[in-house]
Amino acid sequence: MVIERPWKRWVYFYIPLTLFVIGTLFPFYWMLITAIRPDAELYRSWRAVNNAPFWTLHPTLEHFRDLFEKTTFPHWLWNTFFIAVISTGISLFCGLLAGYALARLKFPMAGALGTSIFVTYLVPPTLLFIPLADIIRNFQLGNTPWALILTYPTFLIPFCTWLLMGYFKTIPKELEECARIDGATRFGAMVRIIFPIAVPGILSAGIFAFTLSWNEFIYALVFLSSPERKTVPVGVVSEMIRGDIYFWGQLMAGALLGSIPVALVYSFFVEYYVTGLTGSVKG
Amino acid sequence: MAQVLLKDLNKKYDEVHAVKDVNLHIRDKEFIVLVGPSGCGKSTTLRMVAGLEEITAGEIAIGDRVVNDLPPKDRDIAMVFQNYALYPHMTVYDNMAFGLKMRKFPKAEIQKRVQDAAEILGIQDLLKRKPRQLSGGQRQRVAVGRAIVRHPQVFLFDEPLSNLDAKLRVQMRVELKRLHDRLETTAIYVTHDQVEAMTLGDRVVVMKDGWIQQVGEPLELYTKPSNRFVAGFIGSPAMNFVDVGIQGSDSSLTAQGTGIRLAIPPVNASQLGPYKGQRVTLGIRPEDLHIAAGGDQAGYVFDAVVDVVEPLGSEILLDVKAGPNSLVARVEPTVRLKVHDGVRLAVNPDRLHFFDMTSEKAI
Repeated sequence: MVIERPWKRWVYFYIPLTLFVIGTLFPFYWMLITAIRPDAELYRSWRAVNNAPFWTLHPTLEHFRDLFEKTTFPHWLWNTFFIAVISTGISLFCGLLAGYALARLKFPMAGALGTSIFVTYLVPPTLLFIPLADIIRNFQLGNTPWALILTYPTFLIPFCTWLLMGYFKTIPKELEECARIDGATRFGAMVRIIFPIAVPGILSAGIFAFTLSWNEFIYALVFLSSPERKTVPVGVVSEMIRGDIYFWGQLMAGALLGSIPVALVYSFFVEYYVTGLTGSVKG
Repeated sequence: MAQVLLKDLNKKYDEVHAVKDVNLHIRDKEFIVLVGPSGCGKSTTLRMVAGLEEITAGEIAIGDRVVNDLPPKDRDIAMVFQNYALYPHMTVYDNMAFGLKMRKFPKAEIQKRVQDAAEILGIQDLLKRKPRQLSGGQRQRVAVGRAIVRHPQVFLFDEPLSNLDAKLRVQMRVELKRLHDRLETTAIYVTHDQVEAMTLGDRVVVMKDGWIQQVGEPLELYTKPSNRFVAGFIGSPAMNFVDVGIQGSDSSLTAQGTGIRLAIPPVNASQLGPYKGQRVTLGIRPEDLHIAAGGDQAGYVFDAVVDVVEPLGSEILLDVKAGPNSLVARVEPTVRLKVHDGVRLAVNPDRLHFFDMTSEKAI
């Protein structure tokens, strides 16, 4: 083992790490502090006497109360959750089967199909929402949660398929062959052997898909119009900014509450998530 | 218990013809070993028997059933893989019970069979562990145990010992042999290691480039290789090969190579007669070369120079040069020779091999 000088460890590791952590966490801190700061402090001139922009001596929950009483925020939360869960479910199901097929089955054009699925993921949503809007209108799904539940998989399925395909490829194929000799059908081997082993990959695909649909903005902005139907990211931005007035307290309170579920999901599954992305199966 | 019949078996991938016209009759209770260098088609053949690869042409029968179109699960076989292929999310017990559970055996029967197998293999204490908590040798035992609980008609082994260290490999080899004697189940074993092939197999099948080169009992392969490839592949150190010309009259033929001149023993004379004036390959096993002593006939000795000395304790391997030819001789450990020493070597006249230069077949 190489013996390192302490100062090197500080210069190359601790100090950059500290800066990085501060840089990453500061927006969340700012969100929190703004959410609990009374309006009188929020709209004070930056150069006012006794201005303390980085903390508050009079924390208040007034903004949270307003959020729940004066807006349809609880609806937004529920909408976002409902849409995210269902579209994640659909995408995971399709991604599992497609990823398995691309990783394991030999069929003509498998490689080309895999690539083209990936290419669809690269089409920017800002282009795709125009034709999608037309389709949504034709099916008369506008302003319903189904408009999003059915459009989110357009980017979630390619994503899940690719992540899971990569994961399946790390699982030795002998496991499956052995199961098939042991008495399982191909499908049985997939469900009983491959899927349980792929749990970290499936979880990370699920978490990622959930986060992507939870935070999605542009489709939600385009396809939903009535206030109570909106999702958190759209609702917070469109209902907390009226004209050119920013209701900073409520805005940040909404943003904070909106990011908690995602933070919780990540922190619970962080270990699975890392192995899911790095892929490691030992027989 | 069953015989296995491979008839005109062929496997083609897009460009590669991996297995060519393989015909093999594996008898009931036989332990047969497929051996050959990598890419020779031995694993593909095994996987076709298992049903993991489709058969391009030909027929495979296990017992009396043609199994060409049966899925692996209906062929009544069990397979042990090189990387063990233990299910990592299951305990050792569940790994071994999986095949029985899939076949809906009653619980009590499963328990009994797993216990029996665990006892045979000495892994009773490991049943509650997960595969990742086991050493390589233990994993190998579990993989074998998973195969034997099913009481299949045929065992298939795909290089099962290759991932073990040398010492463990020797130990497991003996255990596998003992296990086969006890269970008396037909077994097909694939390996690239000719020592494993020789020690385990009732019969050994040598393959190269998709063709079967020779099928025979281990000693038969060693003493009567049917061609130059088998001669060179079986045995370690490998057989020495020297290009020689056949000269002389019918009664006293000689093999004349650069730096070597040997009389052709009477046993080989009749077959070599037609080759008079042509070149052939002479094969001498290292143990058929020894330091010449007074008793050796003059026609069967030649002079060489020591190139490398490899003392192995029980014997010494002498790498010598006779003209441009490099040869290895296996000599007594008492021999004291140094590099660049001259040495007179004698061959064992009964044990010379001759191969046709073009067909490489034994003469």
